[in-house]
Amino acid sequence: MLKLLWLMPAFPFLSSLVLIIFGPRLAKRTVALLGVGSIVLSAVVSAAVSAAFLSSPPPGNAFTQTLWTWMDVAGFHLHIGFYLDAISLVMTLVVTFVASLIHWYSAEFMSEDEGYSRFFAYMNLFVASMLTLLLADNLVLLYLGWEGVGLCSYLLIGFWYLDPANGAAGRKAFIVTRTGDTAMIVGLALLATQLGTLNIQELMLKASAQWSVGSPYALAAALLLLGGAVGKSAQLPLQTWLPDAMAGPTPTSALLHAATMVTAGVYLIARTHVLFALAPLAQHAVAIVGIATLILAGFSALTQWDLKRVLAYSTISQIGYMFLALGVGAWSAAIFHFMTHAFFKALLFLGAGVVIDAMNDEHNIFKMGGLRKELPVAFWTFLIGGCSLAGLPLVTAGFYSKGLIIWAARASGDGSPALWLLAILGVLLTAMYTFRMIFVVFFGRAQMPVGKRPGYRMTIPLVVLAALSVVGGFVNTPAALGDIHIFTDFLHRALPNWVERPAGAITEMGSEGLVTLAFLAGLGIAYLVYIRKSHYAEALAEFSIGKALHQFWFADWGMDWLYDRIFVRPVVWFAHFDRTDFIDSVYAGLARLSELAYFALRSTENGKVRWYAAGIAFGAVALVSMVLFL
Amino acid sequence: MILFALGTIGLLVRRDLIFILMSIEVMLNAAGLAFVAAGAHWGQPDGQVMLIFILATAAAEVSIGLALVLRLHRQYKSLDVDAASEMRG
Repeated sequence: MLKLLWLMPAFPFLSSLVLIIFGPRLAKRTVALLGVGSIVLSAVVSAAVSAAFLSSPPPGNAFTQTLWTWMDVAGFHLHIGFYLDAISLVMTLVVTFVASLIHWYSAEFMSEDEGYSRFFAYMNLFVASMLTLLLADNLVLLYLGWEGVGLCSYLLIGFWYLDPANGAAGRKAFIVTRTGDTAMIVGLALLATQLGTLNIQELMLKASAQWSVGSPYALAAALLLLGGAVGKSAQLPLQTWLPDAMAGPTPTSALLHAATMVTAGVYLIARTHVLFALAPLAQHAVAIVGIATLILAGFSALTQWDLKRVLAYSTISQIGYMFLALGVGAWSAAIFHFMTHAFFKALLFLGAGVVIDAMNDEHNIFKMGGLRKELPVAFWTFLIGGCSLAGLPLVTAGFYSKGLIIWAARASGDGSPALWLLAILGVLLTAMYTFRMIFVVFFGRAQMPVGKRPGYRMTIPLVVLAALSVVGGFVNTPAALGDIHIFTDFLHRALPNWVERPAGAITEMGSEGLVTLAFLAGLGIAYLVYIRKSHYAEALAEFSIGKALHQFWFADWGMDWLYDRIFVRPVVWFAHFDRTDFIDSVYAGLARLSELAYFALRSTENGKVRWYAAGIAFGAVALVSMVLFL
Repeated sequence: MILFALGTIGLLVRRDLIFILMSIEVMLNAAGLAFVAAGAHWGQPDGQVMLIFILATAAAEVSIGLALVLRLHRQYKSLDVDAASEMRG
């Protein structure tokens, strides 16, 4: 069964090829069948492979499948090969499963769109690239998948290309993530020259054999890889592309920009965790990036009025939690949160898609309201997703995964009380912005008639994801609440456990209790402000400081403004300044020369037949005399 | 050789299409004469064979040339070849 591994990326890739070549000529039913069917097949393969992996674990808890040699130059071998272990198993299972649901949903969501086959071609190509990324056994193949998902992200953000703003958003995403990717490719070059291989497992063995803890090479490599991860996962300081990426179709936002692609950075760090363990400084940097991002994005999410942008900032913030977990060495907690986040955030985006569709493409939450009764399925699933995101205690998946991360921030050897407290502040923010969104959209007075209601193909994925957002957490619960460790125990076959340290007076239960308190506080504040319409918030917003802060957070802490001043404008200025440089004059001169030659030759073409006869006669005489006298 | 040169000069200096055609005839006959003379000089019959070919070519050429003369006259009401110099580059 494990031998079928290669089929997992092959199905979507083939279907994407077929759709790219024949797509416009196929009927919509065929396109949907190909586009959705290939992903479902891939999910079936993934489930079969997982079942085989779990029932009879391969030696070393990892399975390698080498398909063919990619390059073999001067003792440097690269294979197209897949590597399946606990991490990639969990990730591929989640990716294929969530992707099937989202594709299924898109079959109806996109049915009115002209680019139906184009959409599925891109989405299938994305899934194929993502699976390549996850299963790659060497960093170059991983990089291929990495760039593949980046390309699909660019294509899908600019999917409705008739609006130049969407194209600009696509370019922004491409360029900003490329900044991180450049750091990453430099990191790969460093690893290849220093350790002589890019096969991930060999690399990890060699790294721990050759480099000691704190070695500058390990630090540089880890920081460069972190640069790539920060770009792809939209963390500080490269997070500015993700909110703009919401210009793409909503299923794209759900699949690429929430559930799977943006977590590729988390996967990369978890995959190369040995390097980060060798460079404690880099690992601290990961934790600090994570905590800073989760707090800043939380504040930004509080001020957005665009439904999808709220969710985008919330995605940035939740990935911040994953980075925090990676930074404190709780590798399995990060993957756990990845899984639950994939469920509830995909659910929230799909629910948002239903709402936006029903409101005739209105994104402004303050123009919505009272949708609770109009769209009951969307409301209940959105509520479950929101509760999971905010971490409603005891029953939701988000509570367990986030609780584990927050506890790890306190109890792990690399954690600290400051990280722990900030992470709990993050819970407060999450609950505030989540319930602000839910209260404003679904409660209150209805302001617009509902245009379109979702069909069963859109509601079934919502219900399935809602169920997963609840039960997904019960695979791993804290000691006092059932003490189940199936998930982390499984992941510890591939990832080390975090080092406990004496936590002092605070126990895991205490930490969970504080998380609960923070959740309730956030819920209460949102309730007071948006349901009871308390006047405190308005009074605060009237204050000049409140207003300025609101502006500042709304503009993502002025990041876009700053980058525009520091990077964009100087480059544009230099391009203007350098428009007429020396090299151009060479080419301009060539053009001028051929123009002159053209004028000279043109004058011989005067239409006078006797001139032509004279030319022929003269030419004949010249030729004959050349033959005779030379 | 002299006949050929005369024909060429006539071709180049005359603007009247009929004179040009006549000059071409002169040139063709010059070539024919050269063949016959060369054949007589080396005692070969090939020169005379070539003359017959040239005569046939000349006949064909005259028919096309006269057709051109007619067309030119109809189009421009003149036989000046420089009048038909509209296809300039």
